[in-house]
Amino acid sequence: MMLSAYPYPRFEYRRPPELSEPEVHRHPVIVVGAGPIGIAAAIDCRLKGLPVVLLDDDDTVSVGSRGLCYAKRSLEVLDRLGCGERVVRKGVSWNVGRTFFRDEEVYHFNLAPQPGHKRPGMLNLQQYYLEEFELARARELGVDLRWRNRVASVSCAPDHVKLEVETPEGTYAIEAEWLIAADGAGSPIRKMLRLEVDGHAFQDRFLIADIAMKAEFPPERWFWFDPPFHRHQSVLLHRQADNVWRIDFQLGSDADPELEKRPENVRRRVRAMLGDEREFELTWVSVYSFQCRRLRNFRHGRILFVGDAAHQVSPFGARGANSGYQDVDNLGWKLQFVMAGQAPETLLDSYSDERTFAADENILNSTRSTDFISPKTAISKVFRDAVLELAQQHAFARRLVNSGRLSVPTVYTDSALNTEDVDTFAGSMVPGAPMEDGPLAGGGWLIDELGGQFQLLVFADDPAMLDSQLPAAFEALAAGRVPTQSLILARRAGKVRGARTLIDATGIVTSRYDAAPGTVYLARPDQHVAARWRRMDLARVRSALARATCHG
Amino acid sequence: MPLKLEPNFREPGKRYFHDFTPGDDFYELLVDTHRGLSDEQSAQVNAKLILLLANHIGDIAVLREAMRIARSGV
Repeated sequence: MMLSAYPYPRFEYRRPPELSEPEVHRHPVIVVGAGPIGIAAAIDCRLKGLPVVLLDDDDTVSVGSRGLCYAKRSLEVLDRLGCGERVVRKGVSWNVGRTFFRDEEVYHFNLAPQPGHKRPGMLNLQQYYLEEFELARARELGVDLRWRNRVASVSCAPDHVKLEVETPEGTYAIEAEWLIAADGAGSPIRKMLRLEVDGHAFQDRFLIADIAMKAEFPPERWFWFDPPFHRHQSVLLHRQADNVWRIDFQLGSDADPELEKRPENVRRRVRAMLGDEREFELTWVSVYSFQCRRLRNFRHGRILFVGDAAHQVSPFGARGANSGYQDVDNLGWKLQFVMAGQAPETLLDSYSDERTFAADENILNSTRSTDFISPKTAISKVFRDAVLELAQQHAFARRLVNSGRLSVPTVYTDSALNTEDVDTFAGSMVPGAPMEDGPLAGGGWLIDELGGQFQLLVFADDPAMLDSQLPAAFEALAAGRVPTQSLILARRAGKVRGARTLIDATGIVTSRYDAAPGTVYLARPDQHVAARWRRMDLARVRSALARATCHG
Repeated sequence: MPLKLEPNFREPGKRYFHDFTPGDDFYELLVDTHRGLSDEQSAQVNAKLILLLANHIGDIAVLREAMRIARSGV
């Protein structure tokens, strides 16, 4: 049901050249599905210099606000893709979430307990804006965007994938060396290949009402268990851009979706929640249920599944689209390395290994949240309500309150690409961890200096005091089989040959990485830690680089 | 030793990246323990569980305090 003032664009269908040419073209990369994850994948390919065709069966952006909450990590990925700033300017940043039981606040959390990060913990933005901004970037970079091009069949060969594509003017064949399937939860490609999906569906139904209104609620996530205005169920409130608010009402498993969607019924629920006579306008209404499940393997020969096509979770915790961006981030550099002959194809199996590990973590957390929010049995509800009662006074119970464990990037603890620690470190920047941001002198951010290639970070107090052998090692790494850039993270300024110096004036970065002068981190192109040591050893760095790229 | 009311769940040998994880591990275990039981069976399991844990704690002053908090407001 659409009542929104958002002017939905209609993208023009253009006749694909293949319809007029007899021979079948083989493209390096085809992406199927122009949702936020598919467009991000296409942008990433272009940034890596690959020509890319993006096929979509529709001709507009997301209908309805749908995916709403974007985590700090997704914003960092969007920054790297070149559309983060627009997203952050339009969206509503927030860090605080409050949880209420009946009419009392029992718990609140802050996603950014420490200052010194470029991006906020979370940002709310309607999915149609996100897609609009990503598409502008994709066009700027020359992605071959094809609207109303529907994949009708897919067949796999050892060195390519062949598609039959339907358009308003007929069908054409096209081939890809590599295919990225970003065609959503119902993925037609997954179905055509009859790939099995493991997991289960939840019976509970939820109602989304997006309403436009003037309201003074702060930009926070508010979650109610059993509130007086919606007894025995939960309610979630979020602020979006343009003075639009998202209200998500739990309905239970017996609800009739058609009845619930009627505007008069939705308005009655919203009115009860607002508790006053203020004006509001319904802009989008939807009734949904959800599934927690994933593909067994995200790689199927030359086809790589990303986003909802590969895995689905309940919405509690915003682990859907956010994990899709991490998929793209993980896949991009690996595909580039394999296509350039810099790594064997097995590197793409590590995409599946790392991202199925992440999907399992997301499914586990979102299933736990769902079980807490909608208890399946009488005894589960007794425990749940007992936790909420105790939470009003006791810290241990507050930590058990689970209204959604919000998306943070997965630490690839078990990845075969990691080189295990031989030295002792405190903190959480373990091999496989997503690298933490921190402020640099002059107003810059560490996160903006990381990514896109393998990088060696060498910590120092004073760059002048570093080992005189280092510049030769930096030069060797820059010229190696896996070209690696060297960065000095120093407490004060100073030049070192073969490396760029970044100044950690506050010491925050040094502390977040539990670094001391001489500490070395090897960073992957997706800003995850590959290895770390207390002192530089070129042979060890080379061996870690080989491991992280599946060379032996 | 007074009754602990700060978060206290953990499993030896396990590394946690998020403060909520050990509590969520416990809570899932608790709900799983009751899976497939009737209400009456669940009440039996709860009673045994309380007796086992009470004996493990041992300190009757601590148990008295826990019982007082559990009963208040019910």
